[in-house]
Amino acid sequence: MDIAKKTVQRLIWWMIFSLSLTPAVILLFNAISQNLGADPAKEIVLELGTWAINFLWCSLAVTPVRKLFGWRAPLKYRRMLGLYCYFYATLHLLAFATFMIGWDLKILLQELTERPYAVVGFIALLLLTPLAITSTKSMQRRLKKNWLSLHKLVYIIAVLVLLHIVWQVRSDFSEALWYGLLLFWLLAYRYYKKAPSAKGRATKPNDNVVGLKIQR
Amino acid sequence: MLIKQQSQILSSEITDETIYRQRRNFIKSTLAVTAALASPSVAALSNFQIEEGQKLYPGPDWLQEKLQASVKHPQFQAADKLTPYRDVISYNNFYEFGFDKRDPAKRAQNFITDPWKVEVSGEVAKPGAYHLEDFLAPHMLQERIYRMRCVEAWSMVIPWVGIPLAEVLKRFEPTSKAKYVEFTTLHDPQQMPEQDSYFGTLDWPYVEGLRMDEAMNPLAFLATGLYGQSLPPQNGAPLRLVVPWKYGFKGIKSIVKIRFTEKMPENTWNKTAPAEYGFFANVNPLVDHPRWSQATERRLPSGLFSPNRIKTLPFNGYAEQVAHLYKGMDLTKWI
Repeated sequence: MDIAKKTVQRLIWWMIFSLSLTPAVILLFNAISQNLGADPAKEIVLELGTWAINFLWCSLAVTPVRKLFGWRAPLKYRRMLGLYCYFYATLHLLAFATFMIGWDLKILLQELTERPYAVVGFIALLLLTPLAITSTKSMQRRLKKNWLSLHKLVYIIAVLVLLHIVWQVRSDFSEALWYGLLLFWLLAYRYYKKAPSAKGRATKPNDNVVGLKIQR
Repeated sequence: MLIKQQSQILSSEITDETIYRQRRNFIKSTLAVTAALASPSVAALSNFQIEEGQKLYPGPDWLQEKLQASVKHPQFQAADKLTPYRDVISYNNFYEFGFDKRDPAKRAQNFITDPWKVEVSGEVAKPGAYHLEDFLAPHMLQERIYRMRCVEAWSMVIPWVGIPLAEVLKRFEPTSKAKYVEFTTLHDPQQMPEQDSYFGTLDWPYVEGLRMDEAMNPLAFLATGLYGQSLPPQNGAPLRLVVPWKYGFKGIKSIVKIRFTEKMPENTWNKTAPAEYGFFANVNPLVDHPRWSQATERRLPSGLFSPNRIKTLPFNGYAEQVAHLYKGMDLTKWI
């Protein structure tokens, strides 16, 4: 690869990296300038949660986008998207514990074990943790086939996350509906594509990008 | 006491609406200029401090006069620290204007609250439709500080201006058949965009109700103002219910109908999710919402590193005044 191409790629990487960080920076700025209204705690928690979901959905969209439009470029950034999901989800829980519960362990434990919506959210974050830890290339190599099976956990995580949203709806279900429809499509597309064409595709040399082979 | 009903007013007596509006606008703009020139005098309208740069709502001139003459109620004051005006008018659940807490303050600014009509019907000797001005005419406004506990587990402390509900209701002479009072919010999707939304589960118009003895309790209050100002539209202008021992959703906003009934009214949230919201909706730390705890609440505004989490009190701390209303009732069942 020549140097110019490498530089462009590095530039794109940095662009995506800083763009993904922007919501957190804006939130921090608004928090410092006290621009978050009467309940900044809830605002921060909700915003961080929303971005965690957005990144999760984006990382799930990488494969369908590749199959539909033949765009392979996003694949290079899937790890980053997944890690950003983990980043925002972790901050989401930390913000909840700090700003809303004030680290009152009794209440925190109660919330995370007794409130169904909080329980599924917490489990989702726990399940995300091994995925984040094993996201490095060396881990990928070390785990070999198991890596793929492990990272299929993401489908379960996504469903748990959707429940986490749905169980908090009071009256307005539009957000839950859009995320639900998107997830349904993202998962259904995989299922639909897997059955008929898996054989033919598996042999294509181009498919051999790390962690992508879906055949058994 | 003479209560003018709509039908008794000759059409010649009625000011043409355009002229009426022009007058109101003139008064409003004059007031705004006065306020800008001499902001200390506006603050003096009430003893509370309003943050600089906040939008004030002087309301129609007749209401302004009443507000000026309002008196502090000696009994209904609270030791709690007031929630700042800024937060009271910018953090609202008023789903007719949007589901986000900030939506009402954004979208309700052009809501027409004057002229306003209130229709009284059902089991009463004196039904009728009243202009709000006439509806309020016989009463002195009082200032009362109440805690407000939302079913979502946050709370505020608000200085309301208004009249005791009982005084108003008695004027219409409820009959012996009147066991409940039902309140209805305006239904006007043109002004209240979410009433046309496909994504809400609530039936419009919003309906709430009280048992007669609850409505007659001295705590029950009809507010026309807060912080010495007339009610901002996002807070339920021009007339809203305040029942501080119940969860906030009982405090129905922008009331256009008051109906006395023999049967328990079907209140909107109860109709939508009966397992989560009852008719009584008394603040009760012992009965959790099926999806979250009601044992504690966050008093707003909450600081980031001091979440202001406090214990929720039975009947929101008003047990002394209202607990007797529910003697013999299983309050884990009658949520």
